[in-house]
Amino acid sequence: MDMNQYLEIFIEESQEHLQSLNQSLLGLETNPKDSKILNEIFRVAHTLKGMSGTMGFNSMTSLTHQMENVLDEIRNGKIDVTSSIVDVLFECLDYLDNTVNNLANTGKEGNRSAEDIIEKLNNILQNKTAYVTPSPVVGQNKEEAAKNDGFSLNQYDESLVKKAIQQGLNAYKIKISLDKGCMLKSARAFIVFQTIERNGEIFKSMPKVEDIEDEKFDTNFTLGIVSKESQALFKKELESISEVTEASIEEIIVSEQELNKDTSIDTDNADQDLQQVDPIEAVEKEGNEETQNRKAKMGKTVRVDIDRLDNLMNLVSELIIIKNGLEGIGTDARSQDMNEAVEYLERITTNLHDAVMKVRMVPIERVFNRFPRMVRDLSKELGKDITLTMSGEETELDRTVIDEIGDPLIHLIRNSLDHGIEEKEQRLKNNKSVTGRLFLRAYQDGNSVVIEVEDDGKGIDLEKVKKKAVDKGLLKHVEALELDEKSAVELLFKPGFSTAEKVSDISGRGVGLDVVKTKIESLNGVVEVETTIGKGSKFIIRLPLTLAIIQALLVAVGNEKYAIPLNVIRDITTIKADSIRNIHGQEVVLNRDSVLPIVRLNKVLEVENCSCENEDELTIVVVKKGDKHAGFIVDRLIGQQEIVIKTLGKFLSGIRFIAGATILGDGQVALIVDTNALI
Amino acid sequence: MEPIRNMQKYVVFKLDNEEYGIDILRVKEIKEMMNITRVPKAAHFVRGVINLRGEVIPIVDLRKKFNLPAGEDTENTRIVIVTIEDITVGLVIDSSSEVLEISRELIEEAPSSVGTIDQGNISGIGKVNNRLIILLDVAKILSNTAL
Repeated sequence: MDMNQYLEIFIEESQEHLQSLNQSLLGLETNPKDSKILNEIFRVAHTLKGMSGTMGFNSMTSLTHQMENVLDEIRNGKIDVTSSIVDVLFECLDYLDNTVNNLANTGKEGNRSAEDIIEKLNNILQNKTAYVTPSPVVGQNKEEAAKNDGFSLNQYDESLVKKAIQQGLNAYKIKISLDKGCMLKSARAFIVFQTIERNGEIFKSMPKVEDIEDEKFDTNFTLGIVSKESQALFKKELESISEVTEASIEEIIVSEQELNKDTSIDTDNADQDLQQVDPIEAVEKEGNEETQNRKAKMGKTVRVDIDRLDNLMNLVSELIIIKNGLEGIGTDARSQDMNEAVEYLERITTNLHDAVMKVRMVPIERVFNRFPRMVRDLSKELGKDITLTMSGEETELDRTVIDEIGDPLIHLIRNSLDHGIEEKEQRLKNNKSVTGRLFLRAYQDGNSVVIEVEDDGKGIDLEKVKKKAVDKGLLKHVEALELDEKSAVELLFKPGFSTAEKVSDISGRGVGLDVVKTKIESLNGVVEVETTIGKGSKFIIRLPLTLAIIQALLVAVGNEKYAIPLNVIRDITTIKADSIRNIHGQEVVLNRDSVLPIVRLNKVLEVENCSCENEDELTIVVVKKGDKHAGFIVDRLIGQQEIVIKTLGKFLSGIRFIAGATILGDGQVALIVDTNALI
Repeated sequence: MEPIRNMQKYVVFKLDNEEYGIDILRVKEIKEMMNITRVPKAAHFVRGVINLRGEVIPIVDLRKKFNLPAGEDTENTRIVIVTIEDITVGLVIDSSSEVLEISRELIEEAPSSVGTIDQGNISGIGKVNNRLIILLDVAKILSNTAL
């Protein structure tokens, strides 16, 4: 009775199936003859039909049923796959996707009717079928609906009834009326359900089972059942339930004629229908086997609420803080055994942390796999010919990052398709192949994951960018002349900047790359652009593998301790104080044959009593941001440590130069330097 | 029942020889002074952050917030941890004395200005046995200062 507990599973599984349907449909478009793909699509449609039928989601059921019919025709070679058919199938997919999303958000199927899509599917069938029946299913349902006070059978129900009758069972429509003074209507209804289920099977309920459970009905409800028992038995049993005032039972009759009429929509005629049955059943069996295989593989996985993982992660973080505290306890006071125990503890916490991190890791495929469809749709819309090549889908990222990275990527891809890749004629003129190429790559690079979006389009005209920035008042004319390439590219990420000459539906509304940048930065990542005019551009996103726990270098500045994330440190070196030169107000030193800007941490962080002011030899930590570097002057190095990142909270949000805080082993708070803001 | 509903409990503390009160339901706990980590570039009245059982909590110096003369921390100095919606903040005060029950009738509306404190930060003035207690509206203090 309680469907809610299944709803979540239903939604999760449906989403998986829809995802695979999406992929298969894309495959079908390029390989219309591939029977493997067709079978896969058929299987998914069939599974969805079964699942939604069980849950009582009627519009999904009838739509998938009709999809099955069309797919079956395709499989039997009666209909050829054309791009218009694929389009209709995509429409089905979108509808199903919408419905599942609606279910996830509101628990309801949503108002949009599937009828127009079903109509389209019917048209496909009818165009092929010789014996066209003029009355479509939809009309039939409506007639019945009028006749049967809201209780109507959809095609799925009808075929079920037909099968039941063929098996010698009876189908009844039972209208139950409850006493007006009935207090617990849903409980009464539950007893009615149980009573019926002892002798037969309920295949339909009006209103829906959930509504009945929630008491969302007046005093009567109608059920469709199949059973081998007689009407009288049901009447007697049901009317003996207290507070049931009346149980009126009608037999559902599907006449022989109607049987034929109905099936002729599915196939050519009744004769063929019989022949048709076998392959369907065969496939059903095949499908079942496949699902069983799948289940066997899935048997070893567990779905876990992300909150639980967060909780686990927090506990691991606490453990690491305490471990750091243990390490900090005066070494002289510790015995050999104690030292060993602490070392052992350290190994275990590190492993534990890794293990928990791995649990939270999700392959980026989850985000990537919606892009082929998007690129297909957009390139059709834009009238461009574009192929998408993806690699590194298996690269794993933290779940929280995965959830956030989708939108920025969509943005970049739209940008590339719309502004990057040229119109067909233009490409020919420029001696390029008509087909534009878009690359989406992901790979792990040390402690970070890199995602690249690259196109072979026209590239970014930096002169135009500068001009635009001047026009928009983001930049003075004089400044523009001096701007180097890197800083010009940076202009793209300024709020309110968009280079599209014509505003299109896809991009160019002025909310642009700045949103992407903000999002990526909120994930502790960076975005860079490489671009060559006429050759194309490449957007590079760098993201940290994990958000919560990082390796960091603790340094002392004056009396204060700061943490610098280890993954941004290039090296640590010492310089002579008198080797610092002053160029245009910027202090620099010569390091590794290149000019290295110097940042005095005590000055930017306003630390008093810093010993580094009057020493001859200075310790500098060389930090990188993309391919820019800067040397941070610190007083003293304390050491490397695993730190747990905590935010400074809403009250202190927006503090410059500080990326967060961490709690040291002795319980003190140390701040994490935001190196990106300082370079 | 009537009189009880009219009473409200306040945590009363001292700041530069004046007595202030905060609605007790806002107060999570009162801590002794502890080591505070300075946060660079924060507003002048933000002393820094502390570690409260694994959470990083910002600390506001009420003397500085209310533009009172700066005072030395003594052994009586306390941190009152208050929670407003999802923000938890510690307030540094000179000393905390007691929890007082003040009847609604004894609370007057705030005069247009009380010394250097913005009127918006005050929810009223409580009069108890010839003592005047300035009742603070913590939510407003925090929303006025949020960066």
